[in-house]
Amino acid sequence: MANSSTTKTKPAEPLVQAAPITFMSVLAPAIAWLIPGAGHLIQKRWGRGVLLMISIIAMFLLGLAMEGRIYKPNGGDILDMLGFVGNVGGGGLYILTRAFDWGHGAIAHATADYGTKFLIVAGLLNFIAVADAYHIAIGKKQ
Amino acid sequence: MTIQLSHFSSAVLFAVFASVVFGITQRNEPREMVRYGLYCFAMFTGGVIVAGWVMWLIRR
Repeated sequence: MANSSTTKTKPAEPLVQAAPITFMSVLAPAIAWLIPGAGHLIQKRWGRGVLLMISIIAMFLLGLAMEGRIYKPNGGDILDMLGFVGNVGGGGLYILTRAFDWGHGAIAHATADYGTKFLIVAGLLNFIAVADAYHIAIGKKQ
Repeated sequence: MTIQLSHFSSAVLFAVFASVVFGITQRNEPREMVRYGLYCFAMFTGGVIVAGWVMWLIRR
């Protein structure tokens, strides 16, 4: 009589294992959001970190210099809320801007609208940099 | 301090910064990062120029 236990199949192991939560996998995205490029710098990706920092901060500052508008959380309009989500990606830059009450925006000239877009896109690019810092921290990317 | 850039210089600066971030984050090897960054920059600025000509043609 055959042993029935030998015929049982093992449950299939998941193909994709969840990334382990490490100190760096939490710290890197958090600090990357707060200071653009810093998530790469603390993982010793010096060149990438500096380039990301320069690009994102320069874009955000140019947006402010072009008299772009910073969105607030209680905008009311759906497009204002989306703008707020983009702005929040700036992290520490957004916090500083709100603290100093910058970014009221001007409607006197067309490039002020470009400034608003610069501010939003700088935040969105920082979200991508945050995700990249996380992928480096969990070893998915070198 | 405020600055007023032209439409084209705004678009080029946008392309530079976005391309740097795309290049670094979307590729794994440094050489591929540079290539992809340059590709994105060319697409951004090329798109701006093409869109400009399309608008010029529509206006005619």
